[in-house]
Amino acid sequence: MKRHHFGFTLFAVWLCSVPLAADDGVFDQYRDLMGDDNPAVFVIDEGEELWFAPQGPESATLEACDLGLGPGVTAGAYVRFPRYFADADVVMDLESRLVYCMTTIQGRDLDVVNAKPYSLRGDFGTEMEALVTWLAAESEGATIAPEQTHAAERAMYTLGEEIFFYRAGPHDFSCATCHEQSDMRIRLQALPDLTSHSGAAEAWGSWPAYRISQGLVRTMGWRLRDCFRQQRWPELQMGSEVSIALQTYMAVNAAGGTMTAPGLKR
Amino acid sequence: MKALVTGITIALAASVTAWTMASDEIEAVLRNSFVAKNQATMDRLERDAVQSACSAPRGMPLDNDMLTTLRAERLNSVVLPPDGQYLGDWQRGAEVAGNGRGLQSSDDPTQPNGGNCYACHQLAPDEVAYGTLGPSLTGYGARGQSEAMLQYTWTKLWDTHAYNLCSHMPRFGAQGILTEQQLKDVMAYLLDPASPVNQAAE
Ligand code: HEC
Ligand code: HEC
Repeated sequence: MKRHHFGFTLFAVWLCSVPLAADDGVFDQYRDLMGDDNPAVFVIDEGEELWFAPQGPESATLEACDLGLGPGVTAGAYVRFPRYFADADVVMDLESRLVYCMTTIQGRDLDVVNAKPYSLRGDFGTEMEALVTWLAAESEGATIAPEQTHAAERAMYTLGEEIFFYRAGPHDFSCATCHEQSDMRIRLQALPDLTSHSGAAEAWGSWPAYRISQGLVRTMGWRLRDCFRQQRWPELQMGSEVSIALQTYMAVNAAGGTMTAPGLKR
Repeated sequence: MKALVTGITIALAASVTAWTMASDEIEAVLRNSFVAKNQATMDRLERDAVQSACSAPRGMPLDNDMLTTLRAERLNSVVLPPDGQYLGDWQRGAEVAGNGRGLQSSDDPTQPNGGNCYACHQLAPDEVAYGTLGPSLTGYGARGQSEAMLQYTWTKLWDTHAYNLCSHMPRFGAQGILTEQQLKDVMAYLLDPASPVNQAAE
């Protein structure tokens, strides 16, 4: 455990010494230097503990939660998301599935569970972030293969595609403005082409991710919320249809790629 | 072969209808998925004619007559500077071009909006942090300051769709992102021979 702290401190010192103009290449170098030393390892451990911790009025653990492969099966579950669940009769992403299990199995209040899914800068990270990080790690190395058998899952993809290209707001931005071409960047930040298989696979396969600049693990739900903020739109809600539809669009475009999350981002 | 072609035609027709018909449904989905935050209010989810026309997923066939009409409409509604002065102060223009803030839920609404030109364009050759979604504008001033050039550039900034419908560039004047004075300052940043945009790299 100590090793990780040490490696990370070293990197923080080294990062301060690189010139400001350094771009994403710096983070590739970090990966080469640090190998598997992603600070997300601590969050993975925390997520696993939370899964097995009795909580809520029912004082139940999440072991009875069915992530699509049967109650309690966590290995390889994440790469099949978003997917249709007959018990809820809707397509869910991992975040909304966890909320479903927290309310139905643990008996927790929906509003309380939904109140603060993503941490603010300077926070320690939320329960949702920890659980998602661990569950993504439980799929590390697995092939991305979201379910597209149910009509609702296919409809979710179509909706996601339409929202991806939907231009609105004072700047007329859609996701496509920034993410439909390859080898583009905004300022120095590289922009993945999320309409292509390779761009979607790399992006979808690397979230949740540890954000070095924020010292936190972020989920894909947060990533979308923050891109909508840049898009000048109102605030995206966790587990909302738009969030699930866009995740379906990206995951299906990414199908066949490899899950590498938790990733490491600037 | 004939059956195959018919099949494709039907599939195409169906997808076009799906795109146009789902509009109401999509608006309902959007309303349920977002909440207003600070200045980012819910009315921002509603689309105007340009936004609707330019939201077709890639590869969707577009109605060319409609697009031509729309483009002409945009051109007619461009407001040129009433005093006939197009050029402000390039130094203030540099600030506008570099400022990426404005109109986000996280931005302070009492501060001026930025034009964020550097997010998409290379401008001064010494600035390395530039984006590539738009073409490089380095040396733009070499095009001169003829009336035609001034009007072209102003129109491009006021409403890019007047020339290039469905361009990725924001409508800085038409959407009220920048003030008339800010537009003049950015114009000077592009066109003034003394502006760093028109100087060789150091
Ligand atoms: C104004 C430009 C802009 C718009 C519009 C935008 N994004 Fe982004 N997006 C970015 C930038 C910049 C980054 C990289 C952020 C960073 O490095 O901190 C990014 C990163 C991402 C990533 C992570 C990629 C990776 O490999 O880590 C995903 C996924 C993503 N955006 C999806 C979307 C979706 C979906 C939409 C539409 C809701 C959207 N974005 C709209 C600019 C934008
Ligand atoms: C979101 C990206 C984006 C932003 C922000 C942006 N532009 Fe553009 N701009 C483009 C694209 C893409 C084009 C090329 C397509 C077109 O002409 O519509 C363009 C074209 C132009 C042109 C025409 C170029 C020519 O060769 O005639 C000018 C001038 C211009 N932009 C100036 C600006 C200025 C000044 C700003 C800041 C106030 C700005 N742009 C902000 C994307 C952007």
